[in-house]
Amino acid sequence: MRGRSRAMAAAAGIIAVTLTAAACGGGGSSSSGNSGNTANEITVRGCTPQNPLVGGNTAEVCGGNMLDLITRKLVHYNVDTAAPELDLATAIDTKDNQHFDVKIQSGQKFSDGTPITAKSFVDAWNYTAYGPNGQQGSYFFEPIEGYAATQCTDDECKAKPKAETLSGLKVKSDTEFTITTSEKVSNLPVRLGYAAFSPQPEAFFSNPDSYKTKPISSGPYQASSINDTDYVFTKNPNYQGKWAGKTDKIDFRIYNDPSAAYTDVVANNLDVTDIIPPDQLVGDQWKSDLDGRNGTKPQGVIQAFGFSPIDSQLKNVNLRHAISMAVDRATIVKQIYNNTRTPADSFVSPVVQGYKAGACGQYCEYNPTEAKALYAKSPGYKGTLTFAYNQDGGHGPMATAVCNSIKNTLGIDCQPKSEPDFKTLRDQLNKRELKGIFRSGWQMDYPSIENFLAPIYAKGAASNDTAYDNPKFDAKLAQAAAAPTEEEANTLYQEAEQYLVQDMPAVPEWYDEAAYGWSNRVENVKTNAFGVIDYASITVKSS
Amino acid sequence: MVSYTIRRILQMIPVLLGATFILFAAVFALGDPSAGRCGQRPCPPGYIAKFRAEYHLDQPLLVQYGYYLGKLFRGDLGTSFYGNPVAHELAIRYPTTIKLTVIAILCEVIIGVAAGVLAGIRKGRFLDNLVLISTLLVISIPVFVIGNLAQLVFGVKLEWFPPTAGQGSLYELLLPGFVLGALSVAYISRLTRNSVVENLRTDYVRTARAKGLSNARVISVHTLRNSLIPVVTFIGTDIGSLMGGAIVTERIFNVNGIGNFIFRSINQKDGQSVVGAVLILVVVYLVMNLIVDLLYGVLDPRISND
Repeated sequence: MRGRSRAMAAAAGIIAVTLTAAACGGGGSSSSGNSGNTANEITVRGCTPQNPLVGGNTAEVCGGNMLDLITRKLVHYNVDTAAPELDLATAIDTKDNQHFDVKIQSGQKFSDGTPITAKSFVDAWNYTAYGPNGQQGSYFFEPIEGYAATQCTDDECKAKPKAETLSGLKVKSDTEFTITTSEKVSNLPVRLGYAAFSPQPEAFFSNPDSYKTKPISSGPYQASSINDTDYVFTKNPNYQGKWAGKTDKIDFRIYNDPSAAYTDVVANNLDVTDIIPPDQLVGDQWKSDLDGRNGTKPQGVIQAFGFSPIDSQLKNVNLRHAISMAVDRATIVKQIYNNTRTPADSFVSPVVQGYKAGACGQYCEYNPTEAKALYAKSPGYKGTLTFAYNQDGGHGPMATAVCNSIKNTLGIDCQPKSEPDFKTLRDQLNKRELKGIFRSGWQMDYPSIENFLAPIYAKGAASNDTAYDNPKFDAKLAQAAAAPTEEEANTLYQEAEQYLVQDMPAVPEWYDEAAYGWSNRVENVKTNAFGVIDYASITVKSS
Repeated sequence: MVSYTIRRILQMIPVLLGATFILFAAVFALGDPSAGRCGQRPCPPGYIAKFRAEYHLDQPLLVQYGYYLGKLFRGDLGTSFYGNPVAHELAIRYPTTIKLTVIAILCEVIIGVAAGVLAGIRKGRFLDNLVLISTLLVISIPVFVIGNLAQLVFGVKLEWFPPTAGQGSLYELLLPGFVLGALSVAYISRLTRNSVVENLRTDYVRTARAKGLSNARVISVHTLRNSLIPVVTFIGTDIGSLMGGAIVTERIFNVNGIGNFIFRSINQKDGQSVVGAVLILVVVYLVMNLIVDLLYGVLDPRISND
């Protein structure tokens, strides 16, 4: 009897092995690992873009990373210094910071073979700006003359706008066009490196939907296939710029969970990940997992918390300064983020031109004694001070730590208040429904000090969630925008920043650093000032 | 039998209608999906207007639902926020999820039944206890722990399997399939064991042995066949839940299947995608239940559906 059941077990085992082997055999042809793959191709972490890859309609990272490869702009931001360098443009001249004359290289082509001309820019910009086209990047064209006339007048966009094109854009020849802005904008040339300012070929306007599967490229790469698991880009043969790609093919593998991508990079099954999951940062686990193949670099992101404009108790400036000085930034950065953040000493990220170290001065330094003294001078805060944050971004531990820091120093009953996701938080901020303090992160659009001030703190600006309103601040911004040189403009912007330090509409917390890792078969992986991997410069090891 | 089947199918209609409405209302309650689509800034008004009009988000719940039902009756599952038809999004992902489910079910059946039979035959001995304790262990560990552990050990350290299954090949799907089936393996082996133990004591087994039949024949034909009725029921319902319940496993192993799609759509508050995907799952679940109920009658003629 014993012998027989043993035989049965063996039989069951054999069946199991056979079936497993059959299952393996079925999928044998598809390639999985990269080990041993010496082709000049790389795989990188990707996530599904929200929208088709159209430069003027992408404001999120997933699509933005890919757009970097397939768009060529008038200026290119230096990967190391973030300084703008001329790319498609041969000259951007202005005498008064209001009339700009742009000359572009001749003989340049899109991936579909049609020429890149001044018209490709002007048409694309008009398309993006025009309200009824519903493009996310529309607001980038706000400074250009005639913008208001191209916008919908009502919320539902029932009535057509007065104008279809921006009156401030004029094509002069195939290689020259002019931009007129409604106010003086000294840093306009710096802005032109954003993907929203990229040109589009004529084929785009007749059929924007074709970009779902086959976007046309002006950049170093072009889309070769787009499906639910991979966005594959190959070299664009028509690209003649200075920043050509080093590898023949870049495959963005789609991951919904960055942890899976991280695991793949550890196992050398994926070449590059631009996100390190927070749990791997603990105790620098990731640095031992990815020994010799990891990197960090400051990026143009500042984290802050804003004071609610509808909370009357938070109007007092002494109270605001006291709260800011009660936040022990260095300890929180160390304990929560394992030093992958840097305590902020200004309202501006250090990666941009115009950043002034220590601009925020003593008010952004942890000083419990002074904080208590200032708090004693203020009317104080009664009841519970809530710190609203979005739970989906992993900000919970940070909010708790900040609240504890405030509570321990000032004795205010500070409680984190979690909103389920970023959309909900955003929704409440738009409607001005939140009291207390709220998390606010800002990722720059272009590397300029102005981008950290005007869009967030100018009166009526789209992202002015604290409803900050100081005419002196606005006047300084206007003055800076009219300054004849970049240095003068930056000095004036720094003076404007001092008003923020005085009034403290928000409390700067820290600057983000990009953390990334790569496999053992590639090298030269680095990020630019935006924290985006410079995919085109990655090389495959020759061995 | 036929009238029973027709009755059951007709009963599905109100269930489906109710399910779509509850799902629709639940996604609607998540709030305005247009907020937060443009990073830290509020979206430009033109973008919001176009977006809302496209998906009827400017209408009240019932009107939106009406639009959706209208499309549904014409066989249109709606459009995802990316602009692709939901039916297309599902069609490209279902093969992967089905492959994963098949692997999981095969693991369950092969390992689960074998372990259960062996444990049942050797009741109270070492093997029985081994199966009992190991299944207890599997049942008590959450799937994300098993998944991450298996990924780390077999994918990263031992390199037996690829750590993730983004491309959806069968080889890649073996490990996630096994993880997905692990919990059910535990249930199936226990179910099988108990039923084998019970059946071994029955009169007809004693008769068979008395007739002088070989032990293998007694167990494989006389005992096992009767013991498998509860197992078949379990597998039937399990297929239904595996097809949609793989969100955790699919995320860990980056399987581009329905679970991952639902997760992403919920994150984006992409109502039509969520409702479309879950609706299909409801249908699968209902159909599987019906098949199981019909199979009951076939396997055991004492249970009649007429």
